Amino acid sequence: MTAQEVAFVAVALVGTVGALRVVTSRNVVHAALYLVVALAMVAGVYVLLAAEFLAWVQVLIYVGAIVVLLLFSLMLTKAPIGRETLDNQQRGLAAVVGAGVLAGLAFLAQDAFGGVRIALRPVRTAQVGASIFRDFVMPFEVVSVLLLAALVGAIVLARKDEVPSPPPERRVPLFGRREGGAPPEAPVPTAVGGRGAPAPSDQGSAPSGGGEAR
Amino acid sequence: MIRFAWLVPALPLVAFFLIVFFGKRTPGKGAPIGIAAVFAAFVLSLLVLSHVAGGGEPVERSLPFFQAGRLELEVGTRVDGLAAVMMVVVTLVSLAVQVYSVGYMHGDRRYTWYFAALSLFTGSMLNLVVASNLFQLLVGWELVGICSYLLIGHWWEEKENSNAAIKAFITTKTGDVPFLFGIFVLWLAAGTANIGEITELVEHGEIAAGTLTVAALLLFGGAIGKSAQFPLHVWLPDAMAGPTPVSALIHAATMVAAGVYLAARLFAVFAASATALSFVGAIGVVTMLIAAVLALVQDDIKRVLAYSTVSQLAYMMAGLGLGEPGFTPSQFHLFTHAWFKALLFLAAGSVIHAVHTNDMRAMGGLRRQMPVTFWTFLVGSAALAGIFPLAGFWSKDEIIAAAWHSGHDLIFVGALATAALTALYMTRAVLLTFFGEYRGEAHPHESPRVMTWPLLLLAALSVGAGFLNASAFGVHTFAEWVHVGPEAHVEPFSWALAAVSLLAAGAGVAAGVALYGRYRERDPLRAAGPLYTFVERKYFLDDLYLKGIVRPTAYTVAAAVNWTNQYILDGLVNAAGWVARRVARLVDRLDRRVVDGAVNGVAFTTNVSGGLLRYIQTGNVQRYAVFLFVGVAVLAILITRVA
Amino acid sequence: MIAEATIRLPFVLFFSAVLFAAGVYGVLARRNAVLVLMSIELMLNAVNLNLVAFAARLGDLAGQVFALFVITVAAAEVGIGLAIVILIYRNRETINVDEVNLLKW
Repeated sequence: MTAQEVAFVAVALVGTVGALRVVTSRNVVHAALYLVVALAMVAGVYVLLAAEFLAWVQVLIYVGAIVVLLLFSLMLTKAPIGRETLDNQQRGLAAVVGAGVLAGLAFLAQDAFGGVRIALRPVRTAQVGASIFRDFVMPFEVVSVLLLAALVGAIVLARKDEVPSPPPERRVPLFGRREGGAPPEAPVPTAVGGRGAPAPSDQGSAPSGGGEAR
Repeated sequence: MIRFAWLVPALPLVAFFLIVFFGKRTPGKGAPIGIAAVFAAFVLSLLVLSHVAGGGEPVERSLPFFQAGRLELEVGTRVDGLAAVMMVVVTLVSLAVQVYSVGYMHGDRRYTWYFAALSLFTGSMLNLVVASNLFQLLVGWELVGICSYLLIGHWWEEKENSNAAIKAFITTKTGDVPFLFGIFVLWLAAGTANIGEITELVEHGEIAAGTLTVAALLLFGGAIGKSAQFPLHVWLPDAMAGPTPVSALIHAATMVAAGVYLAARLFAVFAASATALSFVGAIGVVTMLIAAVLALVQDDIKRVLAYSTVSQLAYMMAGLGLGEPGFTPSQFHLFTHAWFKALLFLAAGSVIHAVHTNDMRAMGGLRRQMPVTFWTFLVGSAALAGIFPLAGFWSKDEIIAAAWHSGHDLIFVGALATAALTALYMTRAVLLTFFGEYRGEAHPHESPRVMTWPLLLLAALSVGAGFLNASAFGVHTFAEWVHVGPEAHVEPFSWALAAVSLLAAGAGVAAGVALYGRYRERDPLRAAGPLYTFVERKYFLDDLYLKGIVRPTAYTVAAAVNWTNQYILDGLVNAAGWVARRVARLVDRLDRRVVDGAVNGVAFTTNVSGGLLRYIQTGNVQRYAVFLFVGVAVLAILITRVA
Repeated sequence: MIAEATIRLPFVLFFSAVLFAAGVYGVLARRNAVLVLMSIELMLNAVNLNLVAFAARLGDLAGQVFALFVITVAAAEVGIGLAIVILIYRNRETINVDEVNLLKW
């Protein structure tokens, strides 16, 4: 075993424990924290595979953003604690399927790539960047649009539906109201002060949330 | 100093972000940030102008920004006399408008956002002005369009305002499509998007004449949309739905000037093609006349000014259509027009602020209550009408003289007629608004100082700006700043021509006084009968667009769908019916002999298997997931082992 | 002599398989929707691990770039997923997957 392999095994063992605890822990918050361990160990493997940029992305996005997001939603949904409420009745079946998947994958990996070794060559971030922007510009743009769509979608899904509020009134529409509003054929206004002006009481009744539209 | 030219567009853009993010929490709710930024940009522009004023080559500084295959993008500034003058105009008008808006928009519910949008508007226009290449110019061009959309629809709660914003956006976008293709044509033909390099290639005759004609005409499509030229001028009057200071900004400096500026910036491309120049001139003449006539029949004071802008922009376009002799005059007119048109709009805004209506029939006699507004409006009107020695006289006279000297009789006659009409409708506007008895029911009063000071500043410029190029006194400062070719081209001043143009303006004023000296309920021009109706309905252009383009498109689509339904779908259905009948007959025979016996067996099987399958359909997603994974695993084994 | 820096490819694939299997188990056995999402993250990571391992093996950066894309998509997926979870919680006071069985009818 090379030194890299020793390091790899150590990292992978910690990661395995973390991953197993994520799916078996009885406390949701602990599960999330174990997820941090597992993801960090994956980042460690990236480092061992000489993909440093990816490792940092992994740490930033997964550990920094996604896990925090998960913790937030745990907080917001007041998830209960305990095996009975966290796991369902088909645990045994699930374990069998999981074990089957593991066995299948492990067998395939050993069967197909038994003696193959990875020669580690450092990859510079500049190369990754060049690859993205030279060969994968189109997917990159598509992914950006996807992220935008997800952003909008998440906001639409998660925001509270407000009670329909009366149409907002401008605070001082005295002069603005009429601009472009009066048709040319309108008779000479007889109630200039009255038509455009809102009742004074309207000024305070702007909807609470959407006061100043951006 | 030119090293810092890039700061001029950058400052308002930075101000935009500052106002958006911090505006509400700062004293003054964001307005001081925008005003400070545009003031700094103005000072910088003046410094830049003072460095460019000496003449010489345009100064260009650019950085590579993006490279993908053949497409090399750069960002940079290309400053020549024209760009420097435009920078001064844009920043100063924007400064006046922003200061004025502090008073005008006081208490508006989107006050902070309004100032943010103004800053973005200004910054986008400045970016367009200094852009060193076509793509950067395009970015500014589109941003200007979006900002105008945002600001015209500032009070979007009212359907009418948001409709006007959409109309402005879609109409200018109609012009932007050819514009975009024009850029592509030019870029493909020249192999570069850099304006300086393109100009050089064109001047050395490296690009085929036919290509240049196509490119120039396509680019001019964009200018027609942005500068509201016939037949895409319909959006500008509706754009009055925005706050009045925004109208001033759009009309004087930022939005509509972009089209004229574009044609001047790429003048080499236009000048190389006689066809393109004639087209520009023709559009100019047509637009200036129809818009001036339209201005005559408006009762909304802002619409008068809006059509006046269309007409004056057409003046500039016609000037450009004259070719090289008309270049400096048309840009000079752009320069002077910015001052008095901004002044007129802001003064009109001050009036509207006081009487709460746009309708001139409900004004009158305001010169007593609003002396500052009256005098500044009068100065602006006189300048627009081309009265000696105000700014409009010098620039208009130059265009008329250039048309005469270069033998473009049509443009010469059109320009003279327009000058007379301009004087007529401005006289009408002044008389209806400020003379006679007050006919409204508000209690008009002079506007606060924050609004009158910008008026006074712009009035001073409207008086004085013309002397920058007063060729009668041998002053050619502006021509030295802005010209094509290495040397300024100076026409000798002709007193006879000046007298003719003054005569035209005088005739317009006289006719105006005669017709509108005493207020009448019924507009005297209504005596023209059907002709008046024809003009009042805007030559039925809006109806033509609605009935000729918008609805037919909808109808055609509907008809196509109907046809598809009638012939294709129905045909399919009938064919299917025929087949079905044949099959049915066959099945019938089978049914009697074979199936009947089997049916009962099948029913029994179905019943039993359904009962079994029921246990799988738990409605529990995770149970389904188990089947999913098992299925995938089986498939994986099959694929890897068997195949 | 210094050994050349190498790692056996199956090692990485085994680790990836473990993560994937753990994820499968979690998806199947957990009732809490957020925990299910966590398990999905584990599976996505297993995929990424494979991509990176083969990228290193073949000396082709495409694998790494795709791993980056997968991370991006995962971020979007978590965002939407959690929004849905919160929506369900708001409407039904529970985020237990087996109690959300509208699919049955």
